Amino acid sequence: MSNRFDVIVLGGGPAGYVCAIRAAQLGLSTAVIEKDKLGGVCVNIGCIPTKALLHSALVANTIAHDAKGLGIAVEGVSTDYGVAMKRSRRVSEQNSKGVGFLMKKHKVTVISGTGTLLPGKQVAVEDQVYTADKGIVIATGSRVKGIPPAGLNLDGKVIISSDEALFLEHAPASIAVVGAGAVGCEFADIFNAFGSAVTLIEALPRILPLEDAAASDVVAKSFKKRKIKSIAGAMVKNTEVREGGATLTIEAAGKTETVDVDVVLVAAGRAVNTEGIGLEAIGAELDDRGFIRVNLDTLETTAQGYYAIGDVAGPPMLAHKGSREGVVVAERLAGHTPHPIRYDNIPSVTYCHPEVASIGLTEEACAEQGLEYQAGLFPFSANGRARASNATDGFVKILRDTKYGEILGAHIVGADASEMIHELAVARENEFTVEEIDLAVHAHPTLSEAIAEAALDSLGRVMHT
Amino acid sequence: MATTVVMEALSPTMEEGRLVEWKQPEGAAVTTGDVLAEVETDKAVMELVARADGTLLKHLVPAGTTVPVADPVGIIGQPGEDITGLAGGAAPAAPAKSEPQEQAPTPSAPQPAAEASSTPSDGTAVTTATDRPKASPLARRMARDQGIDLSALAGSGPGGRIIKRDVEGAASQGVAPSAPVPAGGGFVDVPLTQMRKTIAKRLAESIGPVPTFYLTADIAMDRTWEAREALKALGPEGKVSFNDIILKATATALRQHPECNAWWQGDAIRQWHEVHLGMAVAIDEGLITPVIRNADQKTLREISAEARALSEKARARKLQPEEYTGATFSVSNLGNFGIDHFTAIINPPEAGILAIGGIAERPVVVDGTVTVQRRMLVTMSCDHRVIDGALGAAFLKTLRTVLENPLALVW
Repeated sequence: MSNRFDVIVLGGGPAGYVCAIRAAQLGLSTAVIEKDKLGGVCVNIGCIPTKALLHSALVANTIAHDAKGLGIAVEGVSTDYGVAMKRSRRVSEQNSKGVGFLMKKHKVTVISGTGTLLPGKQVAVEDQVYTADKGIVIATGSRVKGIPPAGLNLDGKVIISSDEALFLEHAPASIAVVGAGAVGCEFADIFNAFGSAVTLIEALPRILPLEDAAASDVVAKSFKKRKIKSIAGAMVKNTEVREGGATLTIEAAGKTETVDVDVVLVAAGRAVNTEGIGLEAIGAELDDRGFIRVNLDTLETTAQGYYAIGDVAGPPMLAHKGSREGVVVAERLAGHTPHPIRYDNIPSVTYCHPEVASIGLTEEACAEQGLEYQAGLFPFSANGRARASNATDGFVKILRDTKYGEILGAHIVGADASEMIHELAVARENEFTVEEIDLAVHAHPTLSEAIAEAALDSLGRVMHT
Repeated sequence: MATTVVMEALSPTMEEGRLVEWKQPEGAAVTTGDVLAEVETDKAVMELVARADGTLLKHLVPAGTTVPVADPVGIIGQPGEDITGLAGGAAPAAPAKSEPQEQAPTPSAPQPAAEASSTPSDGTAVTTATDRPKASPLARRMARDQGIDLSALAGSGPGGRIIKRDVEGAASQGVAPSAPVPAGGGFVDVPLTQMRKTIAKRLAESIGPVPTFYLTADIAMDRTWEAREALKALGPEGKVSFNDIILKATATALRQHPECNAWWQGDAIRQWHEVHLGMAVAIDEGLITPVIRNADQKTLREISAEARALSEKARARKLQPEEYTGATFSVSNLGNFGIDHFTAIINPPEAGILAIGGIAERPVVVDGTVTVQRRMLVTMSCDHRVIDGALGAAFLKTLRTVLENPLALVW
């Protein structure tokens, strides 16, 4: 095997392996270096296995809460997290193998081992040195970290991260989830469905703090109905760990309270994998937040010929953002001029139930920026398909620029929100206005009709409310 | 071998020609001497004919484009022939899998051909008057609202599509608003024809930067006199000056002659949709020309009140800049100073100004009999680049009709 390639990608996650496929498609000889499993965090201990567990949770909730009313009597129902976990592992393994198959199909060389960057567009893996003629792409990703200032040091047993939660044999009797972003809300949903008493703790004033406030409200209500205890605006002041449990001291609204649980899941804070990969040796700098400093147009680092994509290159730390960066860098290395990435048009999705999907600005951001906007809102309770499917929680909200009809932001809360958001992603990418959304005929009855109705509502002519 | 069709010098002084219309579509079989296109020169509209037999493979410029003499406008060759070297990357007829082949030299250099067809943002050459530019719905709407000509922009989106960013960039760089602007947008820029360019150039050379000529009309003011007397009967409210009536009449006439309500813009004539009338006011230090905005839409009473207020402000030197800029046409009246006839100097970029003399009883011959009438001499100074003699005369005729039949002011 030759040690010389056009492109060498360090890291086989969703940013790195997609970059490698695109480079190979464009005729470049390409290698991917991966120290663990292909597919990275996303496929193995992130996006994919959590979606498998959330599907189990949805079925459990449907049977527990809805089946009877749907005319299905189910008795003697019990849940088993261990079985759901094992199924999620099989899904992950299939996907990881699928990435391996894709590498073979596209003739990308996979090098197993830990790569260290060297000057002169070289990478050392164990005793081998590989050279790239065109460029080296750094896609080493990120990992969980605890919150040491709050005493939340990960120990893998009582204080755990998603890395361990995904491999538990049993759902704990009680669990505190610290951090109510996407990861925290998804695990709160999962463990609640599997019978754990869940306390969800968020430092900012509301759960899903980065989403539109109206979206947070719907999820908070839904969680409350399912007896998930949410405490927002709360700081963890102290953590006392004992055998088989922990006591958290939290301060919220000027009051101090303690929470006793068997397990604490830390779902906030990730660290980027920038250590020990040779960044100093090649002269690649970090920015003041610890990400690799890149030129946002080219994604080249401060070291010429070395590029960074995905989580190490900066937020948002999302698989689909990394994948797109991989495509752009591959095309650039092949001598193309790819269209720049619109970082303001990357969808964000939380897969708890109801799902939350958004793109662009929140209504709060529109107001803060002093934009002239009109919010169009359509609740799923007014949508025929949602009623038929017993999925009336949530809404579609579209924020329309008053002057030109530009879609400043869109927010969907409800069943299948994750699938529906892309109509608005396509619209925004092509600079369609709300009028074009309305002009496109939406099939009846579908949940997506709510999008067209929200567009109409932003124009002051909603039909079905 | 393909032959390039070039813009020919169809008159001795012709430096560039506007391709008015293609007479043969792409793909048409042509023989030497066939008329390919109509070209407007500085003198006339003439015909561009084929100098070779074959198929007109490509129009390198769309109709409406102004092209310098000797620059390529089309390609004649055999069907299916590879003309990529001549037509730049834009040749649809070229088969994608054609073998690389040496480009044979052509009588006219192929390089300008590639440039002309592949750099539409070049400015001088290609403005697509007929092609709908590729633009996002949002960009389209923003451009329409801001009066930006999409065809003047280079798109940075996929496939050269014009997107929001491009329109914003154009707006911040002050790209000239486009023509035509939808109603209410303010004005229309009329592109200069070859003839108008030549007129402008020659006259400016002859007489100075604003080539001015003068038209004088002798107008009977008896009915206007009576009308003013009649208004006086309404009491103090009905007191209007002759100047007020003349301003109103001028605005009314300009409304019917938008060619005179225009600015010379160097590369276009800007015809304004509204009439903003400048009114010369003598003050201690000299004179100033406050502006009655939308004078064509105001009643005589409104104009009278506004003219009085502006005059007072002018004499008190309290006019704000927006009150003495932006006129589309002006009126100067020295009738009160005992002047019978004078000429006024145009205030560029306006194209015309009226010099109003005093109203005096004079003997005139009507139907073979000498009678006495109240007469007024009005002299219009015209920027010849914008207003030709006949246009100015037509305007003055309308003005005369209105002043001699003042009921027209309320029609």
